Amino acid sequence: MHNFTPIPSLIGGVLIGVASAILLATHGRIAGISGIAGGALRYPTHERSWRLWFLAGLLVGGLALGSAFPELFVNSIERSIPALVVAGLLVGVGTQLGNGCTSGHGICGLSRFSPRSFAAVFTFMAVAAGTVAVVNAVFGGSI
Amino acid sequence: MFKREPLLAFAVGLLFAIGLAISGMTQPAKVVGFFDFHEGLQSWDPSLALVMGGGVLVYLPVYRWVNKRGTPLYADALRLPTKNRIDLRLLGGAVLFGIGWGLGGFCPGPALTSVGALSWKALVMVAGMAAGMWLEQVIAARVAKS
Repeated sequence: MHNFTPIPSLIGGVLIGVASAILLATHGRIAGISGIAGGALRYPTHERSWRLWFLAGLLVGGLALGSAFPELFVNSIERSIPALVVAGLLVGVGTQLGNGCTSGHGICGLSRFSPRSFAAVFTFMAVAAGTVAVVNAVFGGSI
Repeated sequence: MFKREPLLAFAVGLLFAIGLAISGMTQPAKVVGFFDFHEGLQSWDPSLALVMGGGVLVYLPVYRWVNKRGTPLYADALRLPTKNRIDLRLLGGAVLFGIGWGLGGFCPGPALTSVGALSWKALVMVAGMAAGMWLEQVIAARVAKS
């Protein structure tokens, strides 16, 4: 566990919780990133506007943090372009089919004691662990 | 709906990005590390559990309060998920997402935040992600029609 960063990870998690809680308390919405991104792609209606603003906040936040603290965005895992494209496609299809990702099912769903979210989180965690094991064992950690 | 809505949504997105970056989740090695036991506990990085735990710690009491109150502060109704059946669609989706997450090292939030930080790897993955979302929506709409 030599890479364990308990304090920053807990603080970061709390901030994510605060952001999600604000969205719920003020607008009654679930802060699920895949749901917000999928909804922004879906229909050009007025419901789209808040989603686009939220996504703009994520991107601008990334831009500001990336220029001030580039070390927070170090990508040291070895993944080829085809692997990243396939990974993206699977995440895109999977989160729309399964109605959520780490934020919507993970933080919001687990907090609401949603049986669907418990099932989803258990499933995607187990499958992700299996996938990493295969990448390590079969491809030597680089794909 | 509200004049303040755009500003609020933007601020929430900004805070979410800050939380993700501080937590370490915008570094794919930390995400993959959570699932990495190839050297037993030595290679395991439990950080991700604390990110989710920290999020739940704050979200759970606020959810209870808002749910009891019945309405959010600036909108007329809560928009919470209504489905409660654990079906094949949910589990199949979670399986596909799990493979993609382990393969790419990014889930949607960190991927988008990293695109903001001009990571080309995240951009490639987000392009795939957008195509995947669009594809699922087109197919789901076709299936619903037939």
